[in-house]
Amino acid sequence: MYEKDGERYFVVDGHTHFWDASPANWVPGQEQYAKGWIECFHAYQGLGPPETHWSLEDFQKYSEERMMRDLFEDGHVDVAIFQPTYLKQWYTNGFNTTETNAALAAKHPGKFVVNASWDPRAGDEGLEELEAKVERWGCKGVKLYTAEWRGESRGWNLKSPESARYLEKCQELGVKNIHVHKGPTIWPLDKDAFDVSDVDYAATNFPELNFIVEHVGLPRIEDFCFMATQEPNVYAGLAVAVGGLMHARPRFFAKVMGELMFWLGEDKLIFGADYAIWEPRWQVEGFVDWNMPSDPEFSDYAPLSVQAKKKILGLNAARLYDLEVPSGLDIAKAPEDTATLTEPVTA
Amino acid sequence: MTAAAALPPPPPPRGGPGGRAAPHLALAHTVWAALGEVRDPELDEPVTELGFVAECRADGAGGVTVQLRLPTYFCAPNFAYLMVADAHDVVAALPGVSSVRVELTDHFASAVINEGVAARSGFVGSFPGAAESELDGLRADFLRKAVLAGTDRVCRPLLAVGRSLAELGALTLGDAPATPDRERLRARRAELGLPSGDGDPLLIDPGTGAAVDVDAVPLALRRARLTRVSVDANSSVCRGLLAERYPQTPRQEAK
Repeated sequence: MYEKDGERYFVVDGHTHFWDASPANWVPGQEQYAKGWIECFHAYQGLGPPETHWSLEDFQKYSEERMMRDLFEDGHVDVAIFQPTYLKQWYTNGFNTTETNAALAAKHPGKFVVNASWDPRAGDEGLEELEAKVERWGCKGVKLYTAEWRGESRGWNLKSPESARYLEKCQELGVKNIHVHKGPTIWPLDKDAFDVSDVDYAATNFPELNFIVEHVGLPRIEDFCFMATQEPNVYAGLAVAVGGLMHARPRFFAKVMGELMFWLGEDKLIFGADYAIWEPRWQVEGFVDWNMPSDPEFSDYAPLSVQAKKKILGLNAARLYDLEVPSGLDIAKAPEDTATLTEPVTA
Repeated sequence: MTAAAALPPPPPPRGGPGGRAAPHLALAHTVWAALGEVRDPELDEPVTELGFVAECRADGAGGVTVQLRLPTYFCAPNFAYLMVADAHDVVAALPGVSSVRVELTDHFASAVINEGVAARSGFVGSFPGAAESELDGLRADFLRKAVLAGTDRVCRPLLAVGRSLAELGALTLGDAPATPDRERLRARRAELGLPSGDGDPLLIDPGTGAAVDVDAVPLALRRARLTRVSVDANSSVCRGLLAERYPQTPRQEAK
């Protein structure tokens, strides 16, 4: 819980990782990619405040103690959602897996939500694995990385019949939150790998599932917003938007927030710090303090209310994941809503 | 001050490839200027202004070497390929150039792209089995985004001085103030084969070239603004990452 100016915020970090990118975990023959991946992440960290930068060595692999401190002691986070990224082609034990995340979560009950992952190229075996993970860890969400390399393949998309089978399985298992992260490669390589039209397609075909597009569709915010405005079950994950822009490029951050509020609105935005790329502390504090600049250049955009910040920082994710919000931290409902909500759904 | 004015001067011309001939300063500057016509298709900005040209060398025998670098090791290979291929083409077309080598460095697909462009294999030939077609469609998609973003650049100052949405819907390209932004918009429209004369509508559908109906003007301008915000945000992230990756690069704030 974070408190500022008499307002209390329930903070759900919708995007966190516990990774191992140390050289000992690099697959022989694939070292250049394993190294390139983590160095790319490390460069992103450079877009945060200088006092929050880590050495590359610290960044490659960090301890459980450090993570718990950075998130829950210093970082104001109440609950964090683990988003796995396997990358087993480059990292022997995986980069950031559900297995590793779940082991950490088990030691700290109530602190983490453990998400699974799937890859449509894994066929029937992958479907069985997904089912086993959901059964074992009670997953309510999955993180999908469409640019993951697998053998000669450089990626996949959500329009394929194979993907539909996995989405059907998610629906059947009650895994209702589908986080989608786009990357630089896809099949075929001549197409725009960041294109989000496949999310549009899947969201239309699976209206009972929620699709959270990570990094607000960056670098395709325009396509993402235009699509999301037409799909009631599409959400924006703010990881990278806050971490990569709020400090380094505050004026662009303001415009991006203005557009997201215009096209999606305060009920559809989900905060994520993207640890360990960025620590949550400066992002939570900075976001609570932030508001739309007053110069004429920003006059098209509405200011961000305290209520909107509360929703974005935690209440929206709590709703998607059925997390219990401690009493007094939720937003007071309008009287007519309260009346409805306090009555039993079934008589 | 514009981003361009804050740029470092062209890299000092160096000895030719392998040191076979003396450096040719004038040619190196001509090559640099030509590279200013090569744009990052996603960001719609010249590679020279983005800091992507790490080195530009020419020797007395007309041998030219250009080294390109990108903000990350995993930048999308299709856009990287377009920049390398475009750089190769503009330099090869210069008078006095006898040979060209364009090298993309520090990228996961450097070797494949560099060899593919040098051998003129095309994108499909460079990535056998991984690509279905050449990149013309991709390039056109991003030119359309450039048209949308450029439309916002031209229209925003007009709105700021009180022109109404309905008025904007009735303007022609020639009615807009003669600014570099207007000419850039005109050039992008022309590249796509869209109407680009002074008498053509200022607001058009970037897919079909049809004039935007008066009722559709507010949404069209919202979409133009959104596209510009997106491209500008990407550009600022790319510049930031490049500066992290190559710390000796002067930090350049976009406008």
